[in-house]
Amino acid sequence: MIRDSQRDRYALARNVACALLLAAAPAQAADEKIDPEADRKALQAFVFAKFPKVAKEDFGNGPYAVNAEMRKQWLEIMQFPPYELALDEGRAEWEKPFANGKHYADCFDNKGVSIRQTYPRFISATGQVETLEGAINRCRAQNGEKPLDPMTDTMASLTAVMAESSRGKPFAISIPDDPRALAAYDRGKEFYYSRKGQLGVSCASCHNSPAGERLRGDILAPTVGITAGMPIYRSDWGSMGTTIRRIASCSSQTRALPLNPDDEDYRDVEYFISYMSNGIPITGPGTRP
Amino acid sequence: MTKSFFAFVVLSVAALPLSAHADDVKAGQGLALDRARGNCLACHTIKGGDAPSSVGRELAGMKRRFPNRADLVEILTNEPRRNSIAPMPPFGRNRILTPAEIEQVIDFLYTL
Repeated sequence: MIRDSQRDRYALARNVACALLLAAAPAQAADEKIDPEADRKALQAFVFAKFPKVAKEDFGNGPYAVNAEMRKQWLEIMQFPPYELALDEGRAEWEKPFANGKHYADCFDNKGVSIRQTYPRFISATGQVETLEGAINRCRAQNGEKPLDPMTDTMASLTAVMAESSRGKPFAISIPDDPRALAAYDRGKEFYYSRKGQLGVSCASCHNSPAGERLRGDILAPTVGITAGMPIYRSDWGSMGTTIRRIASCSSQTRALPLNPDDEDYRDVEYFISYMSNGIPITGPGTRP
Repeated sequence: MTKSFFAFVVLSVAALPLSAHADDVKAGQGLALDRARGNCLACHTIKGGDAPSSVGRELAGMKRRFPNRADLVEILTNEPRRNSIAPMPPFGRNRILTPAEIEQVIDFLYTL
């Protein structure tokens, strides 16, 4: 009985506190500016402080950067990188002309070489974020070819070729001075921090504070640098996969309903995550358990 | 004869809640280890459990750490309400476990 009345008092106190917070919220929201650079600096400072011994350049190696045991296994695996075959296939596909005689290289700046670190990009013509896979499909469409499914290893083999040519180049995601670009970034951030799925966890639930911790046999990678190693050959898949394939499998692990691979939410969250990695060199294609 | 019968009755009555409790502990352990249900090992280490995890604290000394059972009920039901950034899933609120199952899991946790 006493306990019940105590609990009631706590509940009351909590409700009053919530009401006060809600009352204060509109004033706060009006002051809140979308500031990607401040977000990036804060998250990178948090991650660098959490892993003081890890060199900034190493964060593109995900779990291998933050766990010595995993790193040892990885160095052994890298004697014969499991993505080599996919890379060969990707090179052949990249060089193969379309039916009209043009090539992928004709669609991209600098013939597609050393540009991976600038994707995803905000495209002002559409007012939306375009991923590297989206850019490849736009190139195909412009040349009368059917789009490739961004979840397939064929697509990942192509982006692997582009990633390899960008190795060592620091992530340089740009958010142009356009309210729609800022809004896309902000939606991505919102997605990243929102609890989802039946498990009710967010991307941050695993990749912010618990980064570096063990989740059964896996080591959780920090968000900073996480897309720098993409695309990845994942032993769990037995094949090569794009960033979006990884995000979709993360999402299904939280028991959330999968979105269309080309969904704006997925593109926006990749834009946010990649922006958080600005300054971290590309390491992809990568390999993960 | 009368004495032993009396002893039998006393023992049986005493054993009843005990065996019911043992069943709950066993059921709770099953729920805690089942990957599709509690899946506690995904984030916590439990003595004797395989593939220990370190996202959350090891589940040990639970009675000492949580003498008030209602706290554990609340944590398992909806931890994000207590701590909005905790990675702990809201097992009760999202109907991953029923209130009765949460009680069984707590029976098990109190043996750790």
